[in-house]
Amino acid sequence: MTDITLHSLKVSAAAPEIFLAFAACTILIVALFLPERSRDQISYLLSILTLLATAVLISVQFADSITAAFNRMFVDDAMADTLKIAMCVISAAAFLYSRRYNEERGLFKSEYYVLGLFAVTGMMVMASASHLLTLYLGLELMSLCLYGMIAFYRDDKLAVESAMKYFVLGALASSILLYGMSLLYGLTGSLFLNEIAAYMSTADHGNVGIALAVVFVVVALAFKLGAVPFHMWVPDVYHGAPTSTTAFIGAAPKIAAFAIVMRLLVGGLEELHHMWQQMLIILALLSVAAGNIIAIAQSNFKRMLAYSTISHMGFFLFGILSGSETGYSAAMFYVTVYAVMSLAAFGLILFLATANNESDDLDNLKGLSKRHPWSSLLVLILMLSMAGIPPTAGFFAKLSVIQSLVNAGLVWVAIAAVILAVIGAFYYLRVIKLVYFDEPETDEKIENTTSMTWVLSANVLLIVAVLPWIDSILLLCNAVISQLAL
Amino acid sequence: MEDKLLSILIWLPIVGGAMVLAVGDSRPAIARKLSLGLSIAIFLLSIPLYTGFNALTSDMQFIERSLWIDAFSIYYSLGVDGISMPLILLTTLLTVVVVIAGWEVIQTRVSQYMAAFLMMEGIMIGVFAALDAVLFYVFWEAMLIPMFLIIGIWGGPNRIYATIKFFLYTLLGSLLMLVALLYLNNVSGGSFDILDYHDLPLAMQPQVLIFLAFFAAFAVKVPMFPVHTWLPDAHVEAPTGGSVILAAIMLKMGGYGFLRFNMPITPDASHELAWLMITLSLIAVVYIALIALVQQDMKKLIAYSSISHMGFVTLGMFIFNAQGIEGAMMQMISHGFISGALFLCVGVLYDRLHSREISTYGGVAKPMPVFAAFSVLFAMANSGLPGTSGFVGEFLVILGAFQVNAWFAVIAALTLIFGAAYTLWMVKRVIYGKITSDAVAELEDVNQREIVMLSILAAMVLIVGIWPNPILDVMHVTVDNLLTHVGESKLP
Repeated sequence: MTDITLHSLKVSAAAPEIFLAFAACTILIVALFLPERSRDQISYLLSILTLLATAVLISVQFADSITAAFNRMFVDDAMADTLKIAMCVISAAAFLYSRRYNEERGLFKSEYYVLGLFAVTGMMVMASASHLLTLYLGLELMSLCLYGMIAFYRDDKLAVESAMKYFVLGALASSILLYGMSLLYGLTGSLFLNEIAAYMSTADHGNVGIALAVVFVVVALAFKLGAVPFHMWVPDVYHGAPTSTTAFIGAAPKIAAFAIVMRLLVGGLEELHHMWQQMLIILALLSVAAGNIIAIAQSNFKRMLAYSTISHMGFFLFGILSGSETGYSAAMFYVTVYAVMSLAAFGLILFLATANNESDDLDNLKGLSKRHPWSSLLVLILMLSMAGIPPTAGFFAKLSVIQSLVNAGLVWVAIAAVILAVIGAFYYLRVIKLVYFDEPETDEKIENTTSMTWVLSANVLLIVAVLPWIDSILLLCNAVISQLAL
Repeated sequence: MEDKLLSILIWLPIVGGAMVLAVGDSRPAIARKLSLGLSIAIFLLSIPLYTGFNALTSDMQFIERSLWIDAFSIYYSLGVDGISMPLILLTTLLTVVVVIAGWEVIQTRVSQYMAAFLMMEGIMIGVFAALDAVLFYVFWEAMLIPMFLIIGIWGGPNRIYATIKFFLYTLLGSLLMLVALLYLNNVSGGSFDILDYHDLPLAMQPQVLIFLAFFAAFAVKVPMFPVHTWLPDAHVEAPTGGSVILAAIMLKMGGYGFLRFNMPITPDASHELAWLMITLSLIAVVYIALIALVQQDMKKLIAYSSISHMGFVTLGMFIFNAQGIEGAMMQMISHGFISGALFLCVGVLYDRLHSREISTYGGVAKPMPVFAAFSVLFAMANSGLPGTSGFVGEFLVILGAFQVNAWFAVIAALTLIFGAAYTLWMVKRVIYGKITSDAVAELEDVNQREIVMLSILAAMVLIVGIWPNPILDVMHVTVDNLLTHVGESKLP
């Protein structure tokens, strides 16, 4: 055994995570010594600054090549860095949106944001994991913080209930994942993803143990993604959680989910592609079907968006299951676009929410175009993008995923996917109908802070304004995926 | 400017629409004037497309091509040939008419209304000019958005049902087309150039499937029997301007699609499935005409008449001869003028009495003589009277059909009887006869604005009817080229 030094560990590869975790601890401690009236305010600002600083830090030392650190338990590559930047920026925006909502409900506490920072740390660790233990640690760090952020609204029955539900089902999913991992360890004798991959390339794929391990891993991932039939927690959690937390959960953790799928299924088990592709086809088709059909019946905006998430996760899986570099990069593009759209959707609910109205009822949107024309335009763009209608980024996300399906020879899956997407278009159109075609029920004024309006507008307009540059984003996705050295 | 003409025609209306939107609803007069100015300017700008067009070549002209999305090799690629150029001119002309038509009628959210039409104009020109499959698809789908809003916001009582039906029907067809385009992209080794697909060898089975996928998109748009049911709903509920654009231009996109995609990309499947197309067309011509006969609602009647007339278009295409295709093109253009004009006429009456029921009216000719003159002219054109544009297309298609099978021609010719029956019967009940009520007796005749918009279309109907050569001449070479393409088997 060689001497372990900071240099041999290549600690600098994990500098952003270390910085973020350290800053989170500092904020926690500093908050103790701050006067009560400015404490939450300052920790809130510091948290956002920390996230932005982390994003800057990552981009400054953006990885040109793959660095394995901590005895190869942690890997820093272009994909991880890209995803981490997205996570930090998106979470910072989610924090920004949360402010007024949290203030009005007594959730504007320094601890809330510190939990958020730790959750982001967890996601970043997931993105860089090259060892099952690292992967699991990242996942649990994120999940535990998320449970806490939901339960933070402890006076609200729904929130507590959904935190409980999320925790129990999340723990179940984690244990299934652990079981799958232990099977993998038993088979291969290693927890390193690259060694597992090497073993699988020579192994006999008829081995029942391998099949069992893949099934457990896929089921656990489906749980975490919220793919049908493991989706039951999604609507309850999205609906029950305070909207500020839903906005957080709905965005950056999806990117982390992409990371874990890439590391585990693609990085570790790509040789078994033929096995998990079949499972993912079923999961993805069921998700798109059930998500889109059940969403039609919802009267609550948050629940509707939860079912829409399920269907979007199905589309995301279409990219993964194509099993090619184009497929993975399509999935990466899809998940990033989706995270931006989901953030904006919950941001809109937060924008409309008042102290005594959650504004998460769909009827609340009636006649929005007469009450607040600007935000109704934002809803229009957002819903069209979620439905995948050009000229929005949502269309190009769907296009790239469907293209990867067609290229993989799965034309029938592509046809099923687009037919189900038409069903999905209905409930997005219904939202537009409520906003534009119906008469308002109240003429209560809609107001919010200037910063919120600006960031939300930028967030939504990004979906269309990105079109001239969409090429660079797609090329970036292609580049970072091909760098993975699959 | 010549080499950027198409881009200007696409983006000027869209940017102009955004400007009109920015004017805001508080200053409707400015929004109206700005839109009229823009639409006239765009029409004038589109004229060089005709004058500068070289009718001796079937190559694409006014080409623009630059890389848009390198990752998928999607190009911003534009160009027109003899098929798309006349349709672009039709679009720019009718947008002027539509802006005039909405002048006083639309009183709520004026700037949004005008902006929607201007943006739609740009998008529709984009559909006709796009030579890249994805660019085409983007315009094709984006077009739904303004129309969805136009029907949903300014439409009639049942507008929400109609607009959502319209959107979903079209979306389903379009998405199947998207899969077909992606499949072609895969087979062609990563090209999205529509013209590349024209030369791509394909086996029979994929050809049939691709044909059916395109069929799903274009048949809904045309609309062909039996996927036509969205059209009467959408037409009845849409505001007058929306109906005009729907009937005059959007339906033509289906026909355009068949000419640009189905026939050259899947020629063998086109021949193989021609029986299906011809049967559906003939059903539309006869059966839908009979449905039109029993309508009580004027807009519905014209909507069914549109479907019946569009049956001629698809019939003309799938008999694979020059008369047929040129007839189909002429029918599309002429139907753009006539159906647009008929919807405007109904709109004129509706603005006065707020009823589209035939039974509300009777003897309109007495209080509104000028209006009656226009209506009778357009009704005659709709029945295919020689000397009007309606005659040219129908005559050419019937002529072409005779060369293939006399029965096709005989059945198709029935429309001359049915068309005359339902149109003239409606005219008889609405325009002539005794004045049925005091409200009708007090009707005011068309004002100057209405005379202007109706005269533009009346002039076009007569000019094209008497002297169609300027339009036929620009499409001859392109149509011949298309026919050679369709005649060559692509089976490997």
